[in-house]
Amino acid sequence: METKVVLNPEDLRPTSRFLRPAHYASNGSNGMVQMLGNEGSQATRQPEIAAEDLRAMYDWMVRVRAFDTRMVNLQRQGRIAFFVPSTGEEAAQIGTAWALRPEDWVFPAYREQGVALFRGYPLDALICQMMGNAQDYMKGRQMPDHFGTPRIRFMAASSPVGTQIPHAVGGAWSARLRREASVSVVYFGDGATSTGDFHAGMTFAAVQQLPVVFFCKNNGWAISLPYAKQCRAEHLSDKAIGYGMPGVRVDGNDVLAVQAVASEAIEWARSGNGPVFVELITQRMGPHSTADDPTRYRPNELLEPWKQKDPLHRFRSYLEGRGLWTEADETRAWAEADARINAAIERVEPVGPPPLESIVEDVYAEVPWHLREQLDELKREG
Amino acid sequence: MPVLTFHQAINAALREEMRRDERIMVMGEDVGHVGGVFRVTEGLQQEFGEERVVDTPLNEIGIVGAAIGMAMTGIRPCIEIQFSDFIYPAFDQIVNELAKVRYRSGGQFSAPVVVRTPYGGGVRGGHYHSQSPEAYFVHTAGLTTVIPSNPADAKGLLKSAMRSEDPVIFMEPKRLYRSMREEVPEGEHLVPLGKARIAREGSDATLLCYGAMVPICLEAASRAAESGTELEVIDLRTLWPVDIESILASVRKTGRVVVVHEAPRACGYGAELVAQIAERVIEYLQAPVVRVTGLDTPFPYTLESHYVPDAQRVLTGVQRVLKY
Repeated sequence: METKVVLNPEDLRPTSRFLRPAHYASNGSNGMVQMLGNEGSQATRQPEIAAEDLRAMYDWMVRVRAFDTRMVNLQRQGRIAFFVPSTGEEAAQIGTAWALRPEDWVFPAYREQGVALFRGYPLDALICQMMGNAQDYMKGRQMPDHFGTPRIRFMAASSPVGTQIPHAVGGAWSARLRREASVSVVYFGDGATSTGDFHAGMTFAAVQQLPVVFFCKNNGWAISLPYAKQCRAEHLSDKAIGYGMPGVRVDGNDVLAVQAVASEAIEWARSGNGPVFVELITQRMGPHSTADDPTRYRPNELLEPWKQKDPLHRFRSYLEGRGLWTEADETRAWAEADARINAAIERVEPVGPPPLESIVEDVYAEVPWHLREQLDELKREG
Repeated sequence: MPVLTFHQAINAALREEMRRDERIMVMGEDVGHVGGVFRVTEGLQQEFGEERVVDTPLNEIGIVGAAIGMAMTGIRPCIEIQFSDFIYPAFDQIVNELAKVRYRSGGQFSAPVVVRTPYGGGVRGGHYHSQSPEAYFVHTAGLTTVIPSNPADAKGLLKSAMRSEDPVIFMEPKRLYRSMREEVPEGEHLVPLGKARIAREGSDATLLCYGAMVPICLEAASRAAESGTELEVIDLRTLWPVDIESILASVRKTGRVVVVHEAPRACGYGAELVAQIAERVIEYLQAPVVRVTGLDTPFPYTLESHYVPDAQRVLTGVQRVLKY
């Protein structure tokens, strides 16, 4: 059985055969690295992952889907103000997160709840962030989904698209200056590749040969804008060539392929070979956010083929085919995930808002005179 | 005490701080091998190597954005934007990211970056090499904006900025880089952020100024003294958070104020000073506050000397507050 999956250092050189379409063809359709068949029961190559870990991987994908579903419901019930769902992107999240080490740094966009949970962002704290309450690490300063914490080396996301890309480059640069063997990974979508920040980040990372992995989740949509109107290049991974770094396309709904490509890309970067661009082909199955109505721009039938490629469904079929997962496992996984989330909601929902004084804190390291004064004014007038 | 030009004093601050703190790195366009277009960073790459003094690609988003990522993870970047006229491509990174990292992360992350950038007219640079964009940064919560007016302060303020836990926009009056030379204390010379300086004492009227307008105001004050008028010149040094007490003390003393800056007038930094004075000490004012500023036009090339305030325009402003 062939276990070496996708990349080897020779493959990753920009000028090497790795970037030639002919090489991809053996890995999947249309130059896309793939391990699971669309129905999932087949795998073209077997992963180097222990059975218990494969089960855990699927279990994590269930937790992410369960969290997503529950948060959308909470928003519909008016218990949180807003949510950015990631349904359909579980493999892209868990497959990449699986490949990281604790010392690596994550610079997320706002659709990476699964990466955060996997790295150990406490469920309670994450829901506190959705509620913007006093126990939110962000102190209620940002909309839902803009969470982060240095405890898991996961930066706080911002709303403007792509701004985190040069930050990740700086993170990797910092690691090299501090002689730390960590890699910085950055998540962004297809829309971000049109920004100046993307161009800046790719340029700097390549020129400096920094240990950065660019995870571009191409989910087909930037709010209402389809890929065809975002970019004329056939594949986003083609852009990497122009910057002088390897670009890889992977089936983003195939957790085994994602994990394999991500692992090799991250270790490639860690070994001092410079940055790698990874395009994860997926589909945003839900709206851009709970404030968006995708039926206004995306025909429902367009989602039909993607439902067949559901990342959970495909991986579950594969595990069942290998005798690693049963109906009982499935029932238990969902029940446990739901129970954990419900218990967390119950614990944190009574928590009140942050104190008024916090409105002027953390603008600067110390509260300056004019903000002390403005707080006093607020209290007098309030 | 060595006699240094303005640009040599900044160079000394960078050099001393880089020797003191190995977390500090310098980057920007042309700052390494040739030492910057104004030679402010000359010799730093030779002393500290290409890893700590970096010539970057020509992209301000990348310079500021990468500096933010570095600062959040333990490095202290002191970056250069070649001219403040070129800072706008990085505006989003400065206003939305650099200034907001601490607040939006609930105090978990911070981004102690110093953004050095030459500003202002007087070098026949036209619109793209002469602007004074300080008001944008004063308006931005989370930033400290500093503008020194002389070599000793330039060194002492930059050293303090590089030790600050907050991001600092450090604007350097480029017309003074080589035209001003004075004794600069060696070694641990720190000028605190947020503290103004009385550049000249006087009791008849107050001139509020900073950067390249300080020598202009001092010249105006010397000329006024010849006819018996004693002007107080306050060099603000840190524009925000500003040293409000020093301003108010001077206004209480003189009752007459002229605010001088070369940036455009409308919503310029002077407008905030006028508002602060009106809110707090209006009963001390003997005359409306007068602003002597650049025009609300783009920065002109040939007519530059009419656009940038000079001592004569300052004195005309002084006459208005004295004769009200």
